Amino acid sequence: MSSAEMEKVNVDAKLSINKFYVDEENAHIVLKEDVDMNEYRQLMVACPAGIYKLNKNGEVFFDYAGCLECGTCRILCGQTILAKWEFPRGTFGVEYRYG
Amino acid sequence: MADEAFDAIIVGGGIAGTVAAYLLAKEGLEVLLIERGNYPGSKNMTGGRLYSHSLEKIMPGFAEEAPIERKITRERVYMMTEDSAAGLDFYSGRLGVRGQDSYSVLRAPFDQWLGEKAESAGANIVSGICVENLIFNDGQVGGVVAGEDEITSKVVILADGINSLLAQKIGMREEFKPHQMAVGVKELWELPASVIEDRFGCSENEGAACMFAGSPSDSRIGGGFLYTNKESISLGVVATLSDLGEKTVPQLMEDFHNHPAIAPLLKGAQLIEYSGHLVPEGGFDMMPKIVGNGVLVVGDGAGLCINLGYAIRGMDFAVASAECAAKAVIDAQQTDDFSAAGLQNYLKYMEKSFVLPDMKLYRQFPHFLEGTPRIFGAYPNMAVDMLTDMFVMDGQPARPLMKKMMPHVKKIGIWNLIKDGWKGMKSI
Repeated sequence: MSSAEMEKVNVDAKLSINKFYVDEENAHIVLKEDVDMNEYRQLMVACPAGIYKLNKNGEVFFDYAGCLECGTCRILCGQTILAKWEFPRGTFGVEYRYG
Repeated sequence: MADEAFDAIIVGGGIAGTVAAYLLAKEGLEVLLIERGNYPGSKNMTGGRLYSHSLEKIMPGFAEEAPIERKITRERVYMMTEDSAAGLDFYSGRLGVRGQDSYSVLRAPFDQWLGEKAESAGANIVSGICVENLIFNDGQVGGVVAGEDEITSKVVILADGINSLLAQKIGMREEFKPHQMAVGVKELWELPASVIEDRFGCSENEGAACMFAGSPSDSRIGGGFLYTNKESISLGVVATLSDLGEKTVPQLMEDFHNHPAIAPLLKGAQLIEYSGHLVPEGGFDMMPKIVGNGVLVVGDGAGLCINLGYAIRGMDFAVASAECAAKAVIDAQQTDDFSAAGLQNYLKYMEKSFVLPDMKLYRQFPHFLEGTPRIFGAYPNMAVDMLTDMFVMDGQPARPLMKKMMPHVKKIGIWNLIKDGWKGMKSI
């Protein structure tokens, strides 16, 4: 299959199958104000949940709601563009029914 | 300090945490296990396969009772390019002999079961609480802090996984580096048991484990995996964080399940879960400090994992590290010394078990993979090109096999082949 033929992945559709208890009051991951786009692009590639996105204007668009809590972003950018990376509060976040 | 609320507090309800809780409770210690999810296993995922040997030692015959998926009696290893797959298929009853058998597992049911075993041995399990800090008394850990609550204990076992923020907070480890870590992503596809058995040529309750090198990780360090469960297939990709290219990890996953050699295996299947996890792949050299004053680190948080390409081990190490930690805590109980010196036996038991010897034996292997990118690109291509030349009959006058094969070998270079083979053999 050439890359042109490859189907573009729809991660949100996959995440919608998962069970999440989103903590609306407390974001467990927070980005810094001025995000270095070179750093951010690493997360656009690496995040398995694809939650590091750009909006139509090419600006940072990030929502922690679909986070799988893997820690990939913390390893790559914990020292650079993340202001906070914590576990969601108890009971919140992704809940694997199978795992 | 004579009035701690518990002998031991264990943070994290994964395999290491629940096994440690089980062993300590069985010896009569007052144990509290704290899990941040709603039940042990709710935050956990594996590829995955559990090599049974270490748990078998602790709970003989566990597989008959535990919610395991399938006994793995078929091993497959593939080199994969974008349109082809060249593989080795090994079936043997010997893979299923008790004590050397392995099982596909799903962690939510499996870890819950281990939690129940710990509870029936007398351990207390509290779920839905995230431990944020540790209590220190004169430089020694003496309990945990969660929200407003402080709970004291003689010792704390950190079984809080690969992202152990607590181990980092108390200076037992540095942040792991991208070249030591891989991201794993997995799709779980539901299929009837009989369909799985037909497609993989397996008997009832038996199954296959398949590893893939090459295109699944976009010819970079990493690979693909497939495990058959009872009524589902675990399909996933692992990619080392320092070696990601342009293609996104979710796209790697998508392209892998759409691969012409994979898609037919999933025909008619329904996606029932999508998960992600970090894999510590740096081996012995990434191991943090695992003994501190009043504290031990076990499982993923201790970096205990070995990925040899054809076999990925982590859960058997988690079990064994939990056993070593539990034994060390029981020893410390005798002398009532839970300082780092009093808990040193953890290291001794780890040395005496397979854990540290195996981690040391394969110490060079992660460096070999990093230094040999051909494994993920050039070699899968070579294998597929050679097999294509062997099997394709196109009516052109035939040439001797040797003449057909040599150009493919020369593309990589005989010297490189010998060098990589030698380096690989030495590191494994």
